[in-house]
Amino acid sequence: MKTYLSVNAKSYAVEHDPRRTLLDTLRDDLGLPGTKKGCDHGQCGACTILLNGERVNACLCLTAMHDGDEITTIEGIGSPELLSELQKAFVEKDGYQCGFCTPGQIMSATALLQEIANGAPSYVSDDLDSAALTDAEIAERMSGNLCRCSAYPLIREAIAMAAEGKE
Amino acid sequence: MKDHFTMDSPQPRLLDETKQGVIGTPMDRPDGPRKVSGTADYTADHAPDGMAHGVLVRATIARGRITGMDRDTVLGIDGVIDVITDPRMIRNPAQGMAGSAPVQTGDEVHYHGQPIALVVAETFEAARDAAQRLTVHYHAEAAAVSPETTPDTETDDPVTAGDFDSSWSAAEVQIDRAYTTPSQAAAAMEPHAAIADWQGDHVTLRSALQMVRFNKAELADTLGIDPSKVRILAPFVGGGFGSKLGLGPEAAAAAIAAQKLGRPVRVVMTRQTVFDTVLRRSETAQRVRLGATKDGRITAISHDDRVSNIDGEGFAEPVSQASQFLYGADGLSFTQTVARIAATPAGSVRAPGEAVGMLAFEAAIDELADALGMDPLELRLKNLPEKHPIDGRPYSARRLADCLTEGAARFGWADRWQAGTRREGDWLIGIGMASAARSNMLVKSSARVRLTGDQAIVETDMTDIGTGTYAILAQITAEMLGLPAANVTVRLGDSDLPGASGSGGSFGANSAGSAVFLAARKLRAEIAERLGCDAEGLTLQNGQARGDNREAALTELVSEEILAEATIQKGKTAKSHFSSGFGAHFAEVAVNEWTGEIRVRRMLGVMSMGRILNEKTARSQALGGMIWGIGAALTEEMQSDPRDGHIVTRDLANYHVPAHADVPGDMQVVFLEERDDWANPIQTKGIGELGISGAGAAVINAISHATSKRAYDYPVLPDRMVALLEG
Repeated sequence: MKTYLSVNAKSYAVEHDPRRTLLDTLRDDLGLPGTKKGCDHGQCGACTILLNGERVNACLCLTAMHDGDEITTIEGIGSPELLSELQKAFVEKDGYQCGFCTPGQIMSATALLQEIANGAPSYVSDDLDSAALTDAEIAERMSGNLCRCSAYPLIREAIAMAAEGKE
Repeated sequence: MKDHFTMDSPQPRLLDETKQGVIGTPMDRPDGPRKVSGTADYTADHAPDGMAHGVLVRATIARGRITGMDRDTVLGIDGVIDVITDPRMIRNPAQGMAGSAPVQTGDEVHYHGQPIALVVAETFEAARDAAQRLTVHYHAEAAAVSPETTPDTETDDPVTAGDFDSSWSAAEVQIDRAYTTPSQAAAAMEPHAAIADWQGDHVTLRSALQMVRFNKAELADTLGIDPSKVRILAPFVGGGFGSKLGLGPEAAAAAIAAQKLGRPVRVVMTRQTVFDTVLRRSETAQRVRLGATKDGRITAISHDDRVSNIDGEGFAEPVSQASQFLYGADGLSFTQTVARIAATPAGSVRAPGEAVGMLAFEAAIDELADALGMDPLELRLKNLPEKHPIDGRPYSARRLADCLTEGAARFGWADRWQAGTRREGDWLIGIGMASAARSNMLVKSSARVRLTGDQAIVETDMTDIGTGTYAILAQITAEMLGLPAANVTVRLGDSDLPGASGSGGSFGANSAGSAVFLAARKLRAEIAERLGCDAEGLTLQNGQARGDNREAALTELVSEEILAEATIQKGKTAKSHFSSGFGAHFAEVAVNEWTGEIRVRRMLGVMSMGRILNEKTARSQALGGMIWGIGAALTEEMQSDPRDGHIVTRDLANYHVPAHADVPGDMQVVFLEERDDWANPIQTKGIGELGISGAGAAVINAISHATSKRAYDYPVLPDRMVALLEG
C-alpha cells in the first residue's frame, strides 16, 4: 500500500507493508536511521519523533495511519555542522554517553520546551495554567525517555541551558 | 617501529611533564556532534543492498531436544525465504575475553528462551510473523530451574586468611545476616544487532560488540574458519555494560544465514530476546558475618554467597571480591557456591561482584556500627588495613580515607541525626554512606599512531561504548605529540586495526590508552632525533618541537608520514602491588511511611581513580554508575517463572531501570587527585565500574537511617518497605 508523508519538510510517497511502523519506514524506507529502535514497544522513547508538532513514539505508529502527516526527525533538527541550541547543549554538558537514546531525548526535549511555552501542565506542576521550567518539571516530562548510561542529570542540565539561551 | 612493553616497574609521569595541556581537561567528545544529530552509525542503522531480515526463534521449554519444526507452514508466508537451523549456532553469547565459540547445542535445548532457529525474510514484518507462528516440537526433559532447589551445586574451597572461626567466636560484638539480590539485566539501550556479509570465503560482520579482538576469534571458531577470513566492525556501540563483551547468537545466526543465502542478513534482537538470551547478572544469596571488639576494631570478616549459572559456563559472579580487601581483620573467610540451573546463562554485568556484593557487605558494616554505637564513618576509618588482608600485597595507591573524610565534610555528615527521628509530612528522611572499591586491571593492548606534519591518526580495534574512548585517545595523542586535540583523528572498532583490550572490566582506558601513549612516545623519540635533541629534553606544543636550543615545526620535521605501533601487557607490578579504585558514596533518601515509596533526594560520590584523562567523560561514567546503584537498591529485579525458568520481566516496562524522575538533580561527583604509578605508564585506574560499587549500599543505609528498619532483600520495592514499616 502507499502512504504520503512529509518528513523534515520533504514529501515522500512510501510503498509499504500494511504492518509497517512509522519507525521502520523512517529507518529502512526513507534512509533516516537517526531515529532509534530500542524496544519497539513504546517503553524506552528512543524512537521519539514529532508528529504534526507533537512528540510520539514512532514504534507505536503504523505508517498506514499517517497519510498526509508532517513528521520531524532528529535529522530535521540539525546536522553535525549546524547543530540546534539543544544539540549543542547536549555536547557541552555531556548529556549522553553511548548516544543511542540521544536522538529520542533531544526530540522529546524539543517538544517539551514547546509544551512548557504553551503552558501545558504536568503531574508535578503547581497549577494547571502554567508550568515553570524547574528540574522536577523536566525530570517528569522526560521520564518516557530511558537512558541506561544514566546521563539523566546532565541531560536535564543541557535542556535547562538550552532553554535559558532561548529566553 | 614496533614497541612491546611489559609493566614490570613503576613508570615516570611523562603526562605531567608534557606541555600541550589537553590531558585531563573536560574536552567535549569529538564524536558528540554525530551522536546528537543521529548520524553516528550503530550496527542496525546499516542496510546494505540486497539485505534480508532475520528474526530469532526461541525455545519454549527449559530442557530437552527439538524433534521437529513445521517449516512448511511458515515458508508459505509471503516474503519468507528460509527457516535456518545449523549446528554452528550458539546457545548464548560468549563470556568476556573467551576468544572461542560458546556452547553449540545442535538440536538440544538448555534453557527457556534459547535461540533455536532464524527465520529469514524479505521484510522484517514477514520474518517476525513467521518466527512467531513457527511451531516447534520438543522432547522435553525435567530440569532444575531454581537456584534454591537445584540438587546440582558446586562449592569452592574458601578463600581465607588467619583463623576466622576462632576470631568469630571470640568477637565481643557479632553481626550475622543473610541477604538476597535478584537477577539483573544490563539492558543497554541498543538491542543486540548484527549484519553479516560474505565476499567469497571472507565474512564482514557489523555487530554491537565491546571486545573486537576477542570477538573476531569467537566468530572464526563458531564458523570453523580461519580468523584471517573474519572482519568485525563496531565503530559505535549503543551501550554494553558487559552484555556485549562476547559474540552473540544474533551474530552467529546472521553469519550462517548470509553464507547460506549468499546475501547480507541483518539480525536485530527484539527487546524480549535480549532479556531471554543475553547473559544476566546472577541472583545472589549472601551471608555476611562481622565480628568486632567493643571499641570498634573488626576482628572477623566472612562473606559467603550462592550464585547460579547454566552448565558449561565457567563464570561465577565474584560477589565477595571487594569484601576481601576493603577492611582488615584477624580472621577472614569467603566461600562461594554455584548452583547449576537450566535458565538464561549468567555473565558479566557492570562491576561483576561489587555491584551486588557491596550492597550486602556495606549494609552489614553499617549495622555493625549501629551495634557498636559508633559512627559508620568512624568504623570504616578505624579498620583500613595496611596491606591486602588476604595476600599481603601493598596497595599501589589508595586514598580511601581521604575519600571518606572529604565526602563526609562535603555532604554534611557531621549533622547526622538520630535514626528514625526526622520527618517531613508523610516522609521519613535519612542519610547513609558506604565505601566504594573496584579492583583495577591492565589487559594486553596494541595501538598505532600515524603522524604527518601536525595531523595525527590513532588506529586500534578498541571500542567506545559510551565511555569516551574517542575523546581520551585523542587527548593522550594530542598531549604526547603537542597538537590541538582537533588535529587527531581516532579510528576504532575495526578488527583490521591493531588489537586492543576492548571495553570491559574498567580496563579499556588503562590498556588501550597506554598502548596509544607508548606508540606516541616512540614518535616523540623519532621527532627528537630529527630535531637533534634528547627525547627527555624534547618539548612539543601546538605543532612546534623544541629541545637543545633548537626549534622546528612538525610540518617541517615530519613532511611524510611516520608511524609507530606499540603493545602493552601486564607484568611484575600486577603481582607486587594491588591496584584498585576507591571512593565513598553518600545518599539522602525520603521514605513514604504509608506507601513505602523511596525517593533519593541527593547523592555524592568522592572517588580516587588515578589520573583523570577527561574530567567531563569521567564524571559521566561515575554518575552513570551511581544511578545504577539507585536501580540496584530500589527498582531493578528480574523475575522468573519457577516452573520453567522463563524470564517474566522481559521488557523495559517490567524490568525497571531508573528513569529521569527516579534520579535527583543533585548528583555530585568529586575526584581526588591521584597517580597510580604501579598500574600503567599513564597512571590511570578504571572508572566505569567504581561509581556503582557501593552506591546502592549508601541508599540502603540511608533507608535504615530514615526508618530504623533494616532491609535484607533487595531491591527495596514499596511492598517490601511497607512490610518492614509494619513489622
